[in-house]
Amino acid sequence: MQKFFIRRLIFAFLTLWSITFVVFGLSRMGPDPLLIYVRDDSYGISEETLEKLRAKWGLDQPFHIQYIKWMGSIVRGDFGESIAAQRPVTKIIAERLPATLQLAAVAWILASIPGVALGVLSAVKRGSMWDYFTRTLALIGQATPSFWLAILMILVVAVRLEWLPPATKADSTESFMTQASYFVLPALVLGFDPWATYLRLTRSSMLEVLDSEFVKLARAKGVSGTSVIWRHALRNALIQPLTVSALVLASFITGSVFVESVFAWPGIGRLAVQASLDNDFPVLAGVVLLFGTAYVVMNFIADILYAVIDPRIRYD
Amino acid sequence: MTDQPIVFQSPVKRVIAVPGRVFSFSKRWPIIPVVIMLLIIFGAIFAPVLAPFEPQKGDLRARNMPPVWLDGGDSTHWLGTDNLGRDIYSRMLYGARISLFVAAVAVSFGLVMGTLTGVTAGYYGGMVDEILMRLVDLWSSLPFLLIALIVAISVGPSLGMVIGLLAVSSWSAGSRNIRGEVLSLRNREYVHMARVMNASDVRIILRHLLPNVMHVVIVITTLRTGSMIIAEAGLSFLGVGVPASVPTWGLMIAQGQKFLTTTWWMSIIPGVAIFAIVLSFNFLGDWLRDRFDPRLNQLD
Repeated sequence: MQKFFIRRLIFAFLTLWSITFVVFGLSRMGPDPLLIYVRDDSYGISEETLEKLRAKWGLDQPFHIQYIKWMGSIVRGDFGESIAAQRPVTKIIAERLPATLQLAAVAWILASIPGVALGVLSAVKRGSMWDYFTRTLALIGQATPSFWLAILMILVVAVRLEWLPPATKADSTESFMTQASYFVLPALVLGFDPWATYLRLTRSSMLEVLDSEFVKLARAKGVSGTSVIWRHALRNALIQPLTVSALVLASFITGSVFVESVFAWPGIGRLAVQASLDNDFPVLAGVVLLFGTAYVVMNFIADILYAVIDPRIRYD
Repeated sequence: MTDQPIVFQSPVKRVIAVPGRVFSFSKRWPIIPVVIMLLIIFGAIFAPVLAPFEPQKGDLRARNMPPVWLDGGDSTHWLGTDNLGRDIYSRMLYGARISLFVAAVAVSFGLVMGTLTGVTAGYYGGMVDEILMRLVDLWSSLPFLLIALIVAISVGPSLGMVIGLLAVSSWSAGSRNIRGEVLSLRNREYVHMARVMNASDVRIILRHLLPNVMHVVIVITTLRTGSMIIAEAGLSFLGVGVPASVPTWGLMIAQGQKFLTTTWWMSIIPGVAIFAIVLSFNFLGDWLRDRFDPRLNQLD
């Protein structure tokens, strides 16, 4: 186990390093690297000024020198200054991060608890209308782009029915209920795909457990039906959905970019898209590295969880 | 597995039960998804002939027209027009071209590269296998959407960039399954036989192994196509994909979002198309999987 742990840890660091290399390499890949700092249509700037700007960002130096310098400052926690906002990137990210984390937490709760519960129900009432209904909904979810689902929800729930506010996050001075109402739509959209994942996994592992000897024994001993399902079977069936949780949280990274864009949510997913449209490389690199680190850490946790639960994986 | 008692069902009974018959018919051949796919592919190929209007030219007198089934709709623009008076039906046809073309190229590249890696890793084993599989692991743990955002500012949005990005992001998917399949085939008698007969590695791979993993490749490819279509639409939606001068489904959804309170069909119609074609590909993929290789069930 220890050997496996160390190997996965080394691999995680290797992945992280690759991400920094890919981020930096791609940013310098374009026809003119200055484009990542200055908009294409910023005409009227004299060649002399452009040269000065190149020197300012070190773009006149060879690639490896630039990379080493950039890495050096990243390791020291210095992500540079935003081009658009003229402020340190770390400050901007720190301001925006809570909104993203809160949304992800709410979405995770909305996805996991109903997903597991409905998965159990689907497995117990296998073949019923209920089972077909939830599985069809999950299948539809797989084919729906999250950004379109978000727009559809805004149209139906916010614009037509006027039940919930259409977008953004409420001010922190508002009442709790008002603030919560702004969370519902984005969290539902962000949590929809994970919800389907939880449902499918719980259903299949529940079916497997319900068929096992110890459940039959419990039934034969005369344990009540509800107790068999919720106490004996579910405890064992939960392993699969639990291990996948780390991957679900990693999937929120891609999800939050879309959901935050549609709902104008003031988080870092939207910040990344804005930075990309504004040619603001320092901000974009900061967000991508932060997301990338979270992604690698989540994958690492998922790997370790799998190995703890299923010893066969360790000898892979 | 089932907790229901097994009851003998005569074939006659099954034919009479109508819902059962429809179900078993769609099990035999997923007719509806295939028809939807063929219609959209047909529309994409013959877009210049089928489109009644030019996709980028607007008629400001006819702007914000609803689809024909709503009040105020007109059959000249049966899917309505957008805020600039451009015909949505024509734009949809041209958008289908981009979606399908990008998905087809990206998936084909992924198919060739993924199969090559999987077969090589599985056949040679040892160090080759170890290195290739670590590379696949590394590749699948890179967040490609974020990488797309970086490429979008350094190279600038273009069709080639989107295709290239999706192609490189898709090759690692499935190579693990293919490798597993090859591992199980490697020690079969006919492969040993071929080796005894002095067949070269290339010959063994091409003649004996490849045909036997094709079913896995086909299933994976079909299931990947849907996610490629969604990925392309997503990049265009964010404005970091295909440039805005080209009509794409993702871009149309993004443009319509501003007018959701009035001309909501601008966003909803392209979404329905994406949904329909992705669902069709997923259905077909599931069907192929059940048909050829039920063991691939954990794939998605």
